[in-house]
Amino acid sequence: MGNLDFSFYNWDLVSKFLLKGLYFSVTLTVVATLGGIFFGTLLALMRLSGKKWLDLPAAIYVNGMRSIPLVMVILWFFLLVPIMIGRPIGAEYSAVITFIAFEAAYFSEIMRAGIQSIPRGQVFAGQALGMSYSQNMKLVVLPQAFRNMLPVLLTQTIILFQDTSLVYAIGAYDLFKGFDTAGKNFGRPEEAYIMAAVVYFILCYSLSYMVKRLHKRIAIIR
Amino acid sequence: MRSWDWQVFFEDPGGKIPTYWQWMLSAWGWTISVSVCGLVLALVVGSIIGTIRTLPDSPWLVRFGNAWVELFRNIPLLVQIFLWYHVVPKLFPVMAGLPPFILVVFALGFFTSARIAEQLRSGIQALPRGQRYAGMALGFTTPQYYRYVLLPMAYRIIIPPLTSESMNIFKNSSVAFAVSIPELIQFAMQAGEETSRVTEMYAAVTVLYIVSAMFINRIMAWVEKKVRVPGFVVAGGTGGH
Repeated sequence: MGNLDFSFYNWDLVSKFLLKGLYFSVTLTVVATLGGIFFGTLLALMRLSGKKWLDLPAAIYVNGMRSIPLVMVILWFFLLVPIMIGRPIGAEYSAVITFIAFEAAYFSEIMRAGIQSIPRGQVFAGQALGMSYSQNMKLVVLPQAFRNMLPVLLTQTIILFQDTSLVYAIGAYDLFKGFDTAGKNFGRPEEAYIMAAVVYFILCYSLSYMVKRLHKRIAIIR
Repeated sequence: MRSWDWQVFFEDPGGKIPTYWQWMLSAWGWTISVSVCGLVLALVVGSIIGTIRTLPDSPWLVRFGNAWVELFRNIPLLVQIFLWYHVVPKLFPVMAGLPPFILVVFALGFFTSARIAEQLRSGIQALPRGQRYAGMALGFTTPQYYRYVLLPMAYRIIIPPLTSESMNIFKNSSVAFAVSIPELIQFAMQAGEETSRVTEMYAAVTVLYIVSAMFINRIMAWVEKKVRVPGFVVAGGTGGH
């Protein structure tokens, strides 16, 4: 056993290296979740519209995104977004755009499954009440679908939080990068990686524990 | 944007490999071998962990299995790969001589094993309880009724999630770029930098990833068809019992 020394961890290090990274990781997770759910819902509605010209592009987008590794998508956006908008943007902004676009594909699959889990009778009932398509979606289908898929959505958010560490590829400063930098500055990379694992574990484990609790409470009894 | 220039793949990167396209194929080979070895490890470990989590009357084995799954599921893969690559060889001198390839396979395999264990557990628990009792009633020992009754059905049930897990491990192998495994992402980054033809390199690598994903999907669809038990409808499909 090599000897580990965690004594270099103090508040100074935390505030200097880690908080900034944690703040970015959390922001990225929240923004990407909200943006991903928004665009994911649009994609899911396109796929369920029954119109070929809406379904096909959405299907290509979703399946394309899902068959490419996230790291590759991160690299692509980092390359292409500055070309498209004509000026350089930082790794952090690039990461936010990437994660919204990438997660939209995954969230759309969750939404689609959620919407399809609503019994057809509910849709027919809405129609029988004279609701338009958008009214029916907004008032009948989506509220129930959201409730059904909330645990899956939250689980995906936890996975998303873990995946934010992959912005390492473009050098954005996230929580893991914070540990990485601290470890290199103090010449103790091993301890830094172990601490990173511990912190990620505590965060993700408590989040998934809460999701489990929530799932038990809100499950619709049929 | 500049026009495409695919000629770049026939240029000489100036190393042991004569052209960029050959370098790319070798990178693809690394991606495939890391993924396949990781998947084999994940299937073996995941099956063991998934099975012991469903054992009756062995609370400690169940707890161990649950702890295993939580541990490997709640740490990002990138961090796990760094742990295996940088920390494990330092802490355990026995592992110091291992090549990076093996360490990354361990990282990827254990990470995926937690997910396979979770799927196998739910597969086994999705079977009607009577199946287990029927096995017991026939006088099978616990290993026997797992081997002959529960597992054959459970594995068939979880083929769809296993398919996506096989595709996931392929995609996840890309994270190995961070620890100098010469796989596709690392190739794309290095070759893109050397030739400043980044778009072409990324495009080619992306195509290889998509081709691989489709290939795995076909293989698993073939497996699913091959092992299907006539008359048995997998839960979650349309129709059902």
